[in-house]
Amino acid sequence: MSSPALVRHPEDGMPTASIAEAGPVPAVTPAAAPTSFGALMLRWYRLNQGRLRATAIGIISLLAFLLVWHLLTTYRVVFFVRFTNVPSPLAVYASFVKAIHDPKFLMHVLLSCRRIFFGFSLAAIVGVPLGLIMGRFKLVHEIIFPVAEVLRPIPAIAWVPMAIMLWPTNEQSIVYITFLGSFFPILVNTLHGMSLVDPVLVRAAQCLGARERSIFREVYFPASLPHIFTGLTVGMGVAWVSLIAAEMISGQYGIGYFTWEAYSLVQYADIALGMIAIGVLGLGSSLLIRGAGQLVMPWRST
Amino acid sequence: MSEVLAAKPKGHIEVKNFSLAYETIEGPVQAVTDTQIHVNPGEFVSIVGPSGCGKSTLLNAVAGFLKPTTGIVTVDGERVNGPSAERGMVFQQYSLFPWKTVRENVEFGLKMRGMPRSQRERAARTLLGLAGLEAFEKHYPERLSGGMKQRVGIVRALATGPKVLLLDEPFGALDAQTRVIMQQILTNMWQRLKISVLFVTHDIDEAIFLSDRVYCMTARPGSIKAEIPIPLERPRQQSMMMSSEFLALRRGLMSLIREESLKAMGGEINDLGMQGLSIELQGHSLADVI
Repeated sequence: MSSPALVRHPEDGMPTASIAEAGPVPAVTPAAAPTSFGALMLRWYRLNQGRLRATAIGIISLLAFLLVWHLLTTYRVVFFVRFTNVPSPLAVYASFVKAIHDPKFLMHVLLSCRRIFFGFSLAAIVGVPLGLIMGRFKLVHEIIFPVAEVLRPIPAIAWVPMAIMLWPTNEQSIVYITFLGSFFPILVNTLHGMSLVDPVLVRAAQCLGARERSIFREVYFPASLPHIFTGLTVGMGVAWVSLIAAEMISGQYGIGYFTWEAYSLVQYADIALGMIAIGVLGLGSSLLIRGAGQLVMPWRST
Repeated sequence: MSEVLAAKPKGHIEVKNFSLAYETIEGPVQAVTDTQIHVNPGEFVSIVGPSGCGKSTLLNAVAGFLKPTTGIVTVDGERVNGPSAERGMVFQQYSLFPWKTVRENVEFGLKMRGMPRSQRERAARTLLGLAGLEAFEKHYPERLSGGMKQRVGIVRALATGPKVLLLDEPFGALDAQTRVIMQQILTNMWQRLKISVLFVTHDIDEAIFLSDRVYCMTARPGSIKAEIPIPLERPRQQSMMMSSEFLALRRGLMSLIREESLKAMGGEINDLGMQGLSIELQGHSLADVI
């Protein structure tokens, strides 16, 4: 039984080659023959036909929305809903052109973004690790979960008076409200992800010599990542909701305040501009999170 | 590398006076009772038995996931106290880490041991080459077929150079053709590495074809009903499965298992009878019909 190391003796037993042949053979793409540019374009078109169609329909439906809006406002339709004072798309566009040359508008946008950045980042920095630890250690879960369950149903807006009392500056209380809004979705989804980690994967790691800390880093954390990112996406949405409400009530700057102020000052076009700006910013920030998710979880993009 | 793949018999598994009971509200439920098994260094041993007989429970106790209620489990004289890289395990559900590439999966055990990156990359590549998977080292497991996943699973378990390899119905989810190929690959690796293998399956042909010895378990609570040496010569060929020797072994094991399966199912079949859905026995005994 003194067989030498097998690396040097691939011929004994079943040859390596036969193992390789035994399994499914990798699909080898044949060296592509040089094709003309036109043929390439045609192939690209065929492969992306579905996506192109979706894009085209999306653009058409957006244009139709603008057209309906335009017609409703130019003819000042009153049919249960009153469009008499609603600004037309052209009026909103005019105020948009004016706004982008106005440093005050840009400051409103930047301030809102900064509040989202701080509030949301804090929520992620606290919520994700806390969820991971609560998911792993029963005692921590038992201590923190009841408190979280009591606080969770309170809408962030209901926190506004309390936040103003708690924090010395207006800025801090608004960031705090934003933090609260995104914190609970992040925490709950991280917890959910932890509860769904396949125990067989943990066993597999243990059999390969992994200790507690490595299992946490190499199994629990990556296994929970998809749910963590769901939490971040939902949290980002709620962060914007909370921010705008807080700005409307207690702000002096910010896009929410801008929108509310426009109403007080009877600048109706600016109301719509503020709303659209909020929508675009919300969309942009959730796209950022989705992009980050694809970057962090390359195994999920097929 | 030579350390990982050194060919020296090792891994003597001993399970003595073993029993294991689960606690439930109605009191302890005995899963396995009064069981003794052993695997000699370098031996290939299978455990077969009707479903629910506790064969996986026994294997999980050897792996260190379950503590025996009574008795002890030792490997090379050392008592098993928990999972360790000394006992590699292959699972039916493959259980590859989806967030790691094929090579990273194979490297995992070496990484846990603190081997430097370049060294473990080289080791993983060599092992993947032996399993014909070098072209897939950068793929994520999701994109592999079942047979390829399980090859990665086996290679991953062997990468740390364990003393024993434990397999829990590893080919149960594969189609018949792939299963035969996987059996060849497993036999091949086992013969090169000279490590002990404890293999749990419900497939009698598979158990005979692969093993030096087969333990047959009784219905729950499980214990060893019979120990059958398999004297077929090695290397074994697919054609042997038609030999009279093989078929005789198969018949013997079949009837042992059937007895136990009937015992396990007896209650259910009687229940059906009570509801007027009984199988018409026409004077035959239940065993004859089934």
